[in-house]
Amino acid sequence: MKKVMTGHKAVAEAMRQIEPDVVAVYPITPQSEIAEYYAQYVADGIVRTELVPVESEHSAMSACVGAAAAGARVITATASQGLALMVEILYIAASMRLPIVMALANRALSGPINIHCDHSDAYLARDSGAVQIFAESAQEAYDYMLMAQRIAEHKNVRLPVIVNLDGFTLTHSSQVVETLSDEVVKGFVGDYEPFYPLLDVDNPTVWGPFAMPDYYFELKRAQQAGMEAVPEVFLGVQGEYSKLSGRNYKGFFEAYKLDDAERVIVVMGSTAGTAKVVVNELREKGERVGLLKVWLWRPFPRKEIADALAGKKAVAIMDRAISFGNMGALYLDITSAFAGREGPVFVNYIYGLGGRDVPAEHIVQVFEGLKDAEPGELRYIGLRE
Amino acid sequence: MPIVKPKPKPAPEVLPGVRHPLEKYLRTERLPHIWCSGCGLGIALSSFLYALEELEIDPDSVAVVSGIGCAGRFAGYVRLDSYHTTHGRAIPFATGLKLAKPDLNVVVFSGDGDLFAIGGNHFIHAARRNVDITVLCVNNFNYGMTGGQVGPTTPIEGRTTTTPYGNFEHPFNLVYLAASAGATYVARWTTLHARRLKESIKEALQHPGFNFIEIISPCPTNFGRRNRLGDALDEMRYYAEKAMIRHGVDPAEAEVVPGKEFIVGKFLEVRKPTYYELYRRKVEELFGRDA
Repeated sequence: MKKVMTGHKAVAEAMRQIEPDVVAVYPITPQSEIAEYYAQYVADGIVRTELVPVESEHSAMSACVGAAAAGARVITATASQGLALMVEILYIAASMRLPIVMALANRALSGPINIHCDHSDAYLARDSGAVQIFAESAQEAYDYMLMAQRIAEHKNVRLPVIVNLDGFTLTHSSQVVETLSDEVVKGFVGDYEPFYPLLDVDNPTVWGPFAMPDYYFELKRAQQAGMEAVPEVFLGVQGEYSKLSGRNYKGFFEAYKLDDAERVIVVMGSTAGTAKVVVNELREKGERVGLLKVWLWRPFPRKEIADALAGKKAVAIMDRAISFGNMGALYLDITSAFAGREGPVFVNYIYGLGGRDVPAEHIVQVFEGLKDAEPGELRYIGLRE
Repeated sequence: MPIVKPKPKPAPEVLPGVRHPLEKYLRTERLPHIWCSGCGLGIALSSFLYALEELEIDPDSVAVVSGIGCAGRFAGYVRLDSYHTTHGRAIPFATGLKLAKPDLNVVVFSGDGDLFAIGGNHFIHAARRNVDITVLCVNNFNYGMTGGQVGPTTPIEGRTTTTPYGNFEHPFNLVYLAASAGATYVARWTTLHARRLKESIKEALQHPGFNFIEIISPCPTNFGRRNRLGDALDEMRYYAEKAMIRHGVDPAEAEVVPGKEFIVGKFLEVRKPTYYELYRRKVEELFGRDA
């Protein structure tokens, strides 16, 4: 059914249909409304979820870990500083192989304090062991919340999954979102079968004990294997979901007019929508430009993205956060994927920090800038200097 | 892109030709403030600033630290050395400040959610150590800034955006918590009691040790509206009717329960060595020198 709703509502709607056993959340702009919608569902008896309005995000993620270890299906949501506070426990969730799904309303990290969008929060959790997916629209946020559940809980994966949606741009703006029926979602998501749940009192297990130099390394390698299992699962879940929804999710990224493009922008999140408009306009003028919009950021689909960009003349990789002292993290991901391989001219554009607006003119400037790009340049778009 | 520099704004006139009496303590270029009409934060702030003025405290000797939330804006509005910390971290920041500059009068000005949920751990430990700071907590019973969610002081059956049919969790009795954690000055007022609050802040500012004042405040936009408490004036009438001024009451007996009379006043004022005094004593004992 098609409805107009905010990104918040789209995420809350997906959560309602999944109906997890436990949701532990703490208010933070621009996430709070997700929790508010969900609290209303709980209070109205529409879902049987236990909602725990904890005292901080650190407690939220800790409660999620406890509930997930007990065998519950668990979802949470946060943003920015909230994620920063969760990160300690997010590492634990990943290492305990707990399939906790999280909506992350992307917001710049302090300081200075700022409530608007950039991707510094997602980048902070880059190495946490959580799978990370970026949504372009409220529709994609809804769709990936549902798919995330299946990816997280797959027996070969069993890892936390973060669905990123740009704070305010997506969370607070209303868009048309087509939802599936509750029945279809229930069937798609299925029943959750936890591994070694603590509540299985007949088979007592110990979670979270020491692993000293004798075992720690092997456990981390096993965790990496979980990540390595993601791509195949991701594609399988996408395929199944595409059939159900009629929407075309195929691959780790969306290739928009990419095949014959010479100059290409790579970007994650809602800016891809602006970039598509610009690609269309420049195409009408006969310019061979294209877009690669990354959906799956962690694990990073190195080979597939490198294959898609090989042969292009120039590529602008747009990062909405800086890896201070180096380039943007997405730039580093993509250029390292070309190790030992001939690649296009790559330029890194840092954009939109702290919610700085990214109008179409900036995207035009990026495509224009690719005409005289020096390899490996770090540029800033929309910055006053 | 055009460079937009913030223009310095002259202080808004209260009435034609009338300046704000506390102008010297305010960053007037930041006004008007963002607080909702009827909010008690303005009264709390002016009580604090009048206390400074009446004590003739050198503004350079005062630092204000706040956390996140509506009350987090205090630090930005005062023309004093001030710091706006991340959520919950005002007290540890203030502790560091006090240790680095022991002569500074360090004031933490924040809200119930910031100080007692996400920052609750810091509160009890600073009180336990008797860190020589003054903590002013504006309690509006919910997270106002983010839209009115349930918090650690929301009363049983309190309606918030995350407890639409009533809260079932026990709230904190803040003065009891402060006293039992080790605070040496503990008081509670409402924003109706502006002058008594000011006098209490004056006492706290002069009292060595961990000082805590709870300031009960209306939140007409969020908590007040959802709990049908009327407008801010109605809430003030409610305080006038229900707040009983008593001093020296056992804080354990001083819960705030909606619809019932509640105690305001000074619960505790005792002197015990502060954290810094104990630290100096230990350094003297071990090394025979001043810390």
